[in-house]
Parts: sequence; structure tokens; C-alpha cells
Amino acid sequence: MSEASISSGAAGGPSHVSKISEAVIRIAGNSQDGIQAIGGFLARLAGRSEQEVITFMTIPSTISGGPSIFQVRIGTGEVLSAGDEADLLVAFYQHSYNDHLNSLKKGGLVLYDCDHVEPNPAYEAQYRHIKVPVSSLTVEAIGGAGRDKGKNIFVLGLLAKMYALNVEKLVGLVSERFRGKDPSVLQNALGAFNAGYAYSLDKAVETFQFAGELAGRGSQVVMTGNEAIAYGAVAAGIRFGAAYPITPSSEIMEILRHELPKYGGSFIQCEDEIASMSMALGASYAGRLAITSSSGPGISLKMEAVGWGIMAEVPVIIVDVQRGGPSTGLPTQVEQSDLNIAVYGSHGDAPRIVIAPTSVEDAFYTTIEATNLARKYSVPVFILSDQAIATRIEAFPEPDLEKICQDIMPSLDPVESHKAYDLAAPDGLVAHKPPGTRMLDGRYPVVTGLEHDEYGHPSGSAKLHTVMTAKRRKKIQALAATLPAPAVYGAPEGDVLLITWGSAKGPAQEVVDRAQKAGERISALNIRYIQPLPGGLEAIFDRFKHLFVVELNDEGLYGFGQLAGLLRSVYCRKNITGINKTEGLTWKVREIHDLVHAKLAALKS
Amino acid sequence: MNAPTSLPATEAERKPLTKKELVAEHPTWCPGCGDYSVLALYYKMIERQKLHQEKFVSVSGIGCSSRFPYFVQAHGVHFIHGRSLPFATGVALARPDLHVFVFGGDGDLFSIGGNHMVHAARKNTKMSVVCMDNYVYGLTKKQTSPTSPIGYKSKTDNWGAVDQPLNPVKMVIACGATFVARTTHTNPNHLLETMEAAMHHDGFSVIECLSECVEFYPGAFDSANPRKGGQFLTVPADHDVTNEAAAYKLADAPFPGYFGVFYNVNRPSKNAREAKVNATAMEKFKGLKDWQILKKTMERMK
Ligand SMILES: Cc1ncc(C[n+]2csc(CCOP(=O)(O)OP(=O)(O)O)c2C)c(N)n1
Ligand code: SF4
Ligand SMILES: [Mg+2]
Repeated sequence: MSEASISSGAAGGPSHVSKISEAVIRIAGNSQDGIQAIGGFLARLAGRSEQEVITFMTIPSTISGGPSIFQVRIGTGEVLSAGDEADLLVAFYQHSYNDHLNSLKKGGLVLYDCDHVEPNPAYEAQYRHIKVPVSSLTVEAIGGAGRDKGKNIFVLGLLAKMYALNVEKLVGLVSERFRGKDPSVLQNALGAFNAGYAYSLDKAVETFQFAGELAGRGSQVVMTGNEAIAYGAVAAGIRFGAAYPITPSSEIMEILRHELPKYGGSFIQCEDEIASMSMALGASYAGRLAITSSSGPGISLKMEAVGWGIMAEVPVIIVDVQRGGPSTGLPTQVEQSDLNIAVYGSHGDAPRIVIAPTSVEDAFYTTIEATNLARKYSVPVFILSDQAIATRIEAFPEPDLEKICQDIMPSLDPVESHKAYDLAAPDGLVAHKPPGTRMLDGRYPVVTGLEHDEYGHPSGSAKLHTVMTAKRRKKIQALAATLPAPAVYGAPEGDVLLITWGSAKGPAQEVVDRAQKAGERISALNIRYIQPLPGGLEAIFDRFKHLFVVELNDEGLYGFGQLAGLLRSVYCRKNITGINKTEGLTWKVREIHDLVHAKLAALKS
Repeated sequence: MNAPTSLPATEAERKPLTKKELVAEHPTWCPGCGDYSVLALYYKMIERQKLHQEKFVSVSGIGCSSRFPYFVQAHGVHFIHGRSLPFATGVALARPDLHVFVFGGDGDLFSIGGNHMVHAARKNTKMSVVCMDNYVYGLTKKQTSPTSPIGYKSKTDNWGAVDQPLNPVKMVIACGATFVARTTHTNPNHLLETMEAAMHHDGFSVIECLSECVEFYPGAFDSANPRKGGQFLTVPADHDVTNEAAAYKLADAPFPGYFGVFYNVNRPSKNAREAKVNATAMEKFKGLKDWQILKKTMERMK
């Protein structure tokens, strides 16, 4: 046993309290142990304590459970990613211990349940071990009735002690969670918590204290990316949705099915994704701008109807929570390999809008923005989220709901006349007029997927197809002209520009922070508007020697990932190349940094 | 749903729409196509039912029959092949103030759209569906359809169709449609009456209307047309339209079979069931603005 390790009850030296600005805690167990709940409590505590937090979890793809981890990174500074390596590993089982010790920092702490884990002497030299009979002490505290239940709350108590967490707030959170159930459930939870908290860790181990709270954060809300999109839709005024269940997007439909009725809206579970895309378009056409959410295989099924929305100029929101593909692929793991289908999917020349949020908070506001763009440009808008954003928990400042919640119910007032596809309209933008609108000149639109004249009547005229195709394109070009160039993170010029989209933004920015300290000239640029691309990118690209596009997808047949391919086709720059991986896991900061070095070395030789 | 803001008050004295006001572009159907008569009687029904354009919408998929909305001077949708029913469900649930009519062919509604028919019927959303059944794919020029009888010589079954045709009436009853009728384009009064009854049904109503494709399946329905030496047998007066098994049995009669309402029951519509869910949910938040409801929810996320 290494010097720093203790055994329960052993008398040790005085405790040492270290001030820290952040901590990465990885909890490894089985999914049925409720380790997600520990992470959830920690994340919400951070939210209530004006701290930043980002979590990361893996879930087994089978329902019967299995190994699972939850990692939480809490900080009093800016937290950009879930953290590469853990400061503390909590290991419930031997497999948790064996599989996750290598995710610990050198010299990090491992707290293991000695009822299930036999430590490895080789590791005992490298990592500081804390031995706690978690299972038996939990049973002792709350009786055997709960069996394995309650271990997670016991560990929460231990962590509260180790990190000098705000016990009052934590107990409040635990009570809120279990209130309303059988009183014995709350009693047991508090019993387990207190037993964990009272356990005498303080003799020999280093304990920690966060250095202050983030000033001026104000009240924070804590949620996952899927929740952010669902509640963003509510705030945006969306009152209709349709979908078919699929991991990892189902939560969005589950929440909206439950929430929309409170606002007089409806969310319908359909027979498949073709039906849900069609139903969403039907409701949008009828004047209730609708949302549909899906992932990989479901997005493929929606594509013919998406093309109709583009041709017929009917607004709609499509959320793609990306997972590994193609086909059923990696249902519970992350990938960013749907950029192409979001941008190019469906047949024909079919321009649409695609936005990729970068965080949970961004997902909330992106949903509102997508709603407004869909309405203004009468076009389907894709929100490209991913499994990592969907499942991670973040705290962000409570939105000013009174200000941002919007009512988007259309007017059904009669109009003098209406050309649904008016070619003379500025930028080709015609506000959609739902059925129920009386047209006083007696001419009514047919909204259609056939090429059509200005009233929607079919036409095979070559000239009309040309001008209508251009009209659909010009709308999106008009939007592009309004989009500001994204801001460069780091120095405005240098050797390497890391170009990201979606969840790769945070880790890439951390690479920039580290590189700066090391004197390297690396900056980062995140592209949120994937389609249309914003202006001003060329001027930014000009100021860097190498443009590396960091994305979670394959390098492709020609050596470029999906965004890299798009940027190359638009900007024709040979110095755009890719940093890609397809492991089903998010980027680690170190990983990107090492790949940058490797690429630079390869370019030199 | 917040009722559509500012619904225009329909002046009670507004004159019914005339055929002249309802006619849009000239139909592109072949002369003699059965679909003309469905269109003519739709105009007549709108006139008789005093529907104005802000009260209804016509939705279709793809096929000859699905060109229908272009020929009606009113709000219309020409959607994609086979998917008119989920689209129309979206319209009907979002806008209970509108009458939703769906027109389509046998291929559109029962082949590519077959699964949607199953679930639309099961949901029992309020709308009226008219399947203009010509036992063939018209628009794509004579391929076998799901209702083509065995032996029908199409371009995809030169030697004659070999697969068992499906029986639309039996299928939609089995799937949960609450109003199911059968009619034919050659009997205008019957067709009009059937459409009117369907329109007034509070739920998912389906009409199978035999509609001859004079181009690719001429004479298909002569045996149902007294003017062509056939017989037009109506559903027996003593048939109990609430008896599912009896309706099923009646629908099994060999061609030309019976015409009329086979099945007509009251089961709460999807619209009614969703409205009930909403009423219960909204009751708890009475008097609160939308942003206040969301704020309450977010309180729990702190
Ligand atoms: C996805 C798709 N597949 C195939 C077609 C081609 N298509 C158009 S209409 C049709 C069949 C039409 O038959 P039916 O629905 O019976 O209508 P009818 O023309 O007989 O009235 C087909 C196969 C299409 N438009 N879209
Ligand atoms: S092809 Fe047949 S169904 Fe189509 S318009 Fe001509 S007659 Fe009618
Ligand atoms: Mg047909």
C-alpha cells in the first residue's frame, strides 16, 4: 500500500486541505447503481454555487445495464470540456477499477469500494488509493432492505466531505429529488448521505476546497443538451411536434410530449420518421411551426419530405442528434458524421439552413434562432446536435424568459391577394399564409413539391424552373449576407487555425490556451452556421499557415472530413486538412494537441 | 392550442361558393377519367355544405387522382407520394377549425402509404379520405396496384397480376377507421351523399370510390354500372353499421360487391383525446403566461 493510502479507521497524520479551482471526478460503476444520479447532483450543486460544470457520460447500449461512467468537471473558472484526465476516480467494481485507472492523472486519487475491488499493487505505487467499504457501510447505514441502492448517495456524502461541498445545498437537492416518494426513501437517502459524510476521511487524505465562486453568474439552470433543445423549442413558441423514438434523441420527444400540452400544444408519436417529418410539415403548413427530432437512420428516412419542405417553402425544424453511423452504427456513441446529409441530403438542388450548437446553453438559444430563421426564410432548418451535447449536463445563466419567450401564432386575417411563390418579393422572401386565410381576390395557393408558378400551379417551363430554383437559393444567400464572421479564439494570426463545429469547440479552445502557454501560435475558429457559411472566413484563413479542421468523422476517400470537404469546395485552399477520429468518444484536449504536433512534424519532413 | 388569433368572423349571409368560384386550372386528366366526377361532386358538396375557402383544405399525395387540389380554387397541398395522411393529420391536429379532405389513389394510399393508412385509422384523427380506386397505377402508366385483381395484365405483370389484391374496406375497418364507405364515380348522387356523410363524421372517415382509368383499365367497373349492364347493389337496409364483423363480411362479397356505408361508429377522435390531455395539463397553469409556466419548470432545474 502506498504511503498516501489509508484504510478505514487508521489513524493518520493531519488532514491537508488544498485550494483548487477545478476538479475532474470520474465515477465508474454499472448503470443500475445510479452513478448518473451522483453526477447529476454534483452538476446541479455547481449550478447553484455559481460554478461552471460540464459532464460526460457513457451508457451501455443494452437496457439490462452494464459498465457505465459519469465524469464531472466543476470549476470556478471557465470550463470548456469535460476534462481529459480525472483528479479522482471512484471505482465501484473491479472492472471499474481496471478499466478506468488509466484515465486518472498521475498521482491522482482512486477511491474504491473494498467490498468489490482488490487493488493492483503496481497501481498502488502510481496512484493514491483510498479504501472504503462502500457497500457494507451503506447497508450498515440504511439496513439491508435497500440492498445495493443508496451506495451512490453514500459516495455523494463522501465526496461532499472530500471537496468541502455545500452540504446544506446538497441535502436540499437530495430532498427535492426524493420528496413525494415513500418517506422511507428520503429517509434512507439522507441516512446514506450522512453516513458517507461522517466517514472519517479527514485523517490522512488530502481534502479540497474550491477557491471561491464565480462572481456575477447569478442564478443558473442545469440541464442536458436534449433538455435545452426541448425547452428552447417551448421558449421559441413552438407548439407542435412529431417524432419517432430513437437513441439518443428520444428525450426531446418525451419532454415535449409531456410539456407542450401545458401550453396548449401537442407532440405526436408517429409510426415512423417519414410520417413524423410529414406530420411536422403538415402542422407547419397549417400555421403551427413544428419540430421533429431524430438521429442517423431516422434522418435518412426524413429526406424526401425535407426536399418537399424546401421546394414548397414550408418552414420546419429538424433536430439531428448525431450518433455513429452509417446504418444502426453506434447508437449510444458520438460522431459528427451527419454534416453531409444535413447540408446535402434529399435529391435535387435543395438549399436549406444548418446550424450546429456547441454547448448545452447554445443548444437552447440555437433552437429559438432556428425557429425564427425557418419562419423568416420559409425553409427547413437543421439543428445538428450530437450524442455528447445531448447527454452532458451543463449549468448556464437562467434565461430571461419574460424577454425571450415568443408567440409565433400567425395571423389568419384576410389578405387582398397572395402569391405563395412571388418572384418579385425582396430576396424571394414570402411570409407563409396558412389555410384558413381568406384571400379577397378569390385566388388560393396550392403548396406543392412540383415545380410551380407564383400561385403554386404546376409548370414544366424551363424558364420557370430556372428562376424558381434561383429564388430558393437566393433566400439562403440573403441570409448568408447577414451572418457575421465568427470570432477567432486566440491570436488573430499564427501558424495553425483549428477549425471546429459543434461539440469540438470547447476542447479545441483549451488546446489554444495550453499552446499559448507553450509559446505555440495556435488559434481556433468555430463555425456555427454550417449552411449557409458566414462571410469573412477568407480573411481569417489568410492569416494562418495551416487550417486544420477538427471533427469527429472519417477522413473520407480523399483525405478530408465532412466540414473540411465543404470548406475546400467553397474556398479552394490546399492548406485545409483534417484532424479526425471515429472512436465514438469526444475529443480530449491532449489528443488534439498531439495530433497537431504530429501533423506539423509530417508537414516539415 | 391558443385558438388561432383573429379568426375572421364568417358572415352568416355569405353566399355559398359556386362552381365558377371553385374551378381552378383545367384538370389534366384524360377525357372520360372517373376522377372528373369526384371533382364535380366535391364542388357540389362544398356549395351545398356552405363551406368557404377559409374553412377547408384539400391534401393529396402523388398520382393522377392526387392532382386534385390544383383543380379546386381553395387552400390545397400537393404533398409527396404516399404521405398525405400523416401530413393531413398534422394539419387536422394543429387546426381543428378546418375540414381536412384527402384525395389519393390506390397506390398512394394503400401501397407506399399503406402503413400510414394503418396508423391514421388507428389514431382516428378527424378528416375525410377519398381513395379514387382505379385498380391500377395511372400516372406512371399501367403498373400493377395493390388493388389490381389477379390476372390483370399490367406492364409489370405482362402475364397478369399474381399477388392477392387487398380489400381497402376490410383493411381500414381492421385498422380502426370509424367511418368506412364504398361508392363509385358512375353514381353521382350516391357519391355526393357519401362524401357529405363522411364530412360530418367526427373521426377518421374513408371512402373507397371506384374511379375508372379509361386509359389503362377501361371497363374495369362496368359490372357495377347498370348503364353498362351491371348492377349497383347498395348495402342492405338491415345492415348494422356498428357491427364490425357484419361490415367485414359484407365487404367480402365478390366484385362488384355492395355500395354504401359499411361501418360507422363513434370513438373519441384523436383531436378530442389530445384536447382532453391539454385541458388537464392547462388547468394546473391557469392564468399564467407561457413564460411563467416555463419559468416554473426551470425552477426545478436549478
Ligand atoms: C417516392 C416515389 N416513388 C414513386 C413515385 C412514382 N409514382 C408516382 S404516382 C405513382 C403511382 C400512382 O398510382 P395511384 O396512387 O394508384 O394513383 P393513380 O395515378 O392511379 O390515380 C407512382 C409509383 C413517386 N412519385 N414517388
Ligand atoms: S391515366 Fe387513367 S387515372 Fe390517369 S387521368 Fe388518365 S384515365 Fe385518369
Ligand atoms: Mg390508381
